[in-house]
Amino acid sequence: MRTSTTGRVGQYAALLAYLVFLAFPFLWLLSIAFKSPRELGSLHPTWIPRDPTLDNFRQAFDEQPLLRAAGNSLLAALGAALIAVVIATPLAYVMARRRGLLARAATGWVVVSQAFPLVLVIIPLFLVLKHLRLINSLSGLVLVYVVWALPFALWMLVGYVRAVPEELEEAAAVDGAGRLRTLVSVTAPLLAPGIVATALFAFITAWNEFFFALVLLKTPEKQTLPVVLTHFIGAEGVADLGPLAAAAFLATLPSLVVFALIQRRITSGMLAGAVKS
Amino acid sequence: MTSLTATKRSTRGAPRAEGGRRAVDRGAWFLVLPALIPILVLSVGPLLYGILLAFTDAQSGRTRSTQWIGGLNFQDLLHDTLFWESFRIGLVWAVGVTVPQFLLALGLALLLNEDLRLRWAARALAIIPWAMPEVVVGVMWRLVYNPDAGVLNETLRDLGLGDGRDWLAGLSTALPAVIVVGVWAGMPQTTVALLAGLQNTPRELHEAAAMDGAGAWRRFRTVTWPALRPVALAITALNFIWNFNSFALVYVLTSGGPGGRTRLPMLFAYEEAFRYGQFGYAAAMGCVMVAVISVLLAVFLAGRLKGGDEA
Repeated sequence: MRTSTTGRVGQYAALLAYLVFLAFPFLWLLSIAFKSPRELGSLHPTWIPRDPTLDNFRQAFDEQPLLRAAGNSLLAALGAALIAVVIATPLAYVMARRRGLLARAATGWVVVSQAFPLVLVIIPLFLVLKHLRLINSLSGLVLVYVVWALPFALWMLVGYVRAVPEELEEAAAVDGAGRLRTLVSVTAPLLAPGIVATALFAFITAWNEFFFALVLLKTPEKQTLPVVLTHFIGAEGVADLGPLAAAAFLATLPSLVVFALIQRRITSGMLAGAVKS
Repeated sequence: MTSLTATKRSTRGAPRAEGGRRAVDRGAWFLVLPALIPILVLSVGPLLYGILLAFTDAQSGRTRSTQWIGGLNFQDLLHDTLFWESFRIGLVWAVGVTVPQFLLALGLALLLNEDLRLRWAARALAIIPWAMPEVVVGVMWRLVYNPDAGVLNETLRDLGLGDGRDWLAGLSTALPAVIVVGVWAGMPQTTVALLAGLQNTPRELHEAAAMDGAGAWRRFRTVTWPALRPVALAITALNFIWNFNSFALVYVLTSGGPGGRTRLPMLFAYEEAFRYGQFGYAAAMGCVMVAVISVLLAVFLAGRLKGGDEA
């Protein structure tokens, strides 16, 4: 299909506008992260720092326990991702292969859970976890993250299971493999990339999560990175911009790297779950 | 529901198949249980518990036992002008974010579906808002909006458009300012969903329409849009729900200020529950939010779907 030259120029102009809109806040964050306090105080800020410095990064680590917070975030995110895929994969298998009441109910829950307002869930969850003495503990947070990551994990995994031809499993059964044997040696290897992508996505979701962490973690020793980041902003909304930008940039790096790795699979997974067989 | 009864009927017709299915289902329970228990305990249970709480006077840190008070919370809520103001702001925010989000995402998706040279760059950049922690998105835009060190005011000064202002602290600018951030943050996800939908539209049909001399707009209306509609409806409905329930962005940007101008219902309920300890009352707010949103969505989807049949 041919598009006229003016049409093409217009398209490139529009694309460029989108690129600028998407990129400029992030570039500005970077710019501020490398500016000296003196430069930040001066009028007429520039895009390129006049004399770039790493002081903000040093100061950020001095001001807030960033390493400990990152460790907490890492624990919570890893725990949530691992548990989520371990318990979601079998359920996703059933949802993809069977048409029973159970599979329907699970699908219904996946859809409805998207509409839950967190506030209606967080209060009872807070009371339940308090009863179990899991308030202000990373284990409690991991439990919450597992359940919270499940709907999308199931959605993606169901798609990946459907992509494994049932005929393959039937062929294995004909060759005398038992059900478990078929699952382990035929289905699982084919599912593996999808499972990894799902786990990584759950990891990012938990790493980035803020609301539950804010409500459930009380003491600074337990708090995760997003919560600690908000401590850079004072009660009056006044913030030390340089260290804030530096810390925010560092907190984003893991998500960006992991996301770049799995982006293709996420987008195909989003669709795969939606395709009905 | 109808298909459920249909399966039942068909299995009844074949008794042997039913026996086989039973055995399979018993195995299925084993596979399902590890996920089912946490879902029931930490998702379905709390949801039901939350609805019950709305009919009690539950408060945090109180020694007296919690009492049933029937619909009293809802009666109070009805007269709580602060809550309804917050609800209004929530609707303005949700619509104000969802609609531009959709239009901008549709534009970008259409561009990315073309054979353009910088496509990879846009795809790569679109990752950033999606992968970022919401808190960082909020921090980043605070830096953009910052009255002195922010790039927005500096650009305005450069262009000779005045001295700029404190966007997030201004009574009239705070809500529009946070809405822009909401649009920015949610656009990539919507774009990806729409792009996926676009790639499912039949190319041959598109080419045939072009051969017949249909212009770009006609081709979009008659070929692209009908194929894209289901995806567009689904993502818009989801975006609306997500946006209405959003919390972290605005919490970091303005914490609901100035003077409550950006206090979304989620922030309101959060303060009610965890600052003032009014668990029962906050749960009632949650119930009202679900109810109103469900009705709005039902009306929206019913209207859209009916419109589709006529077109």
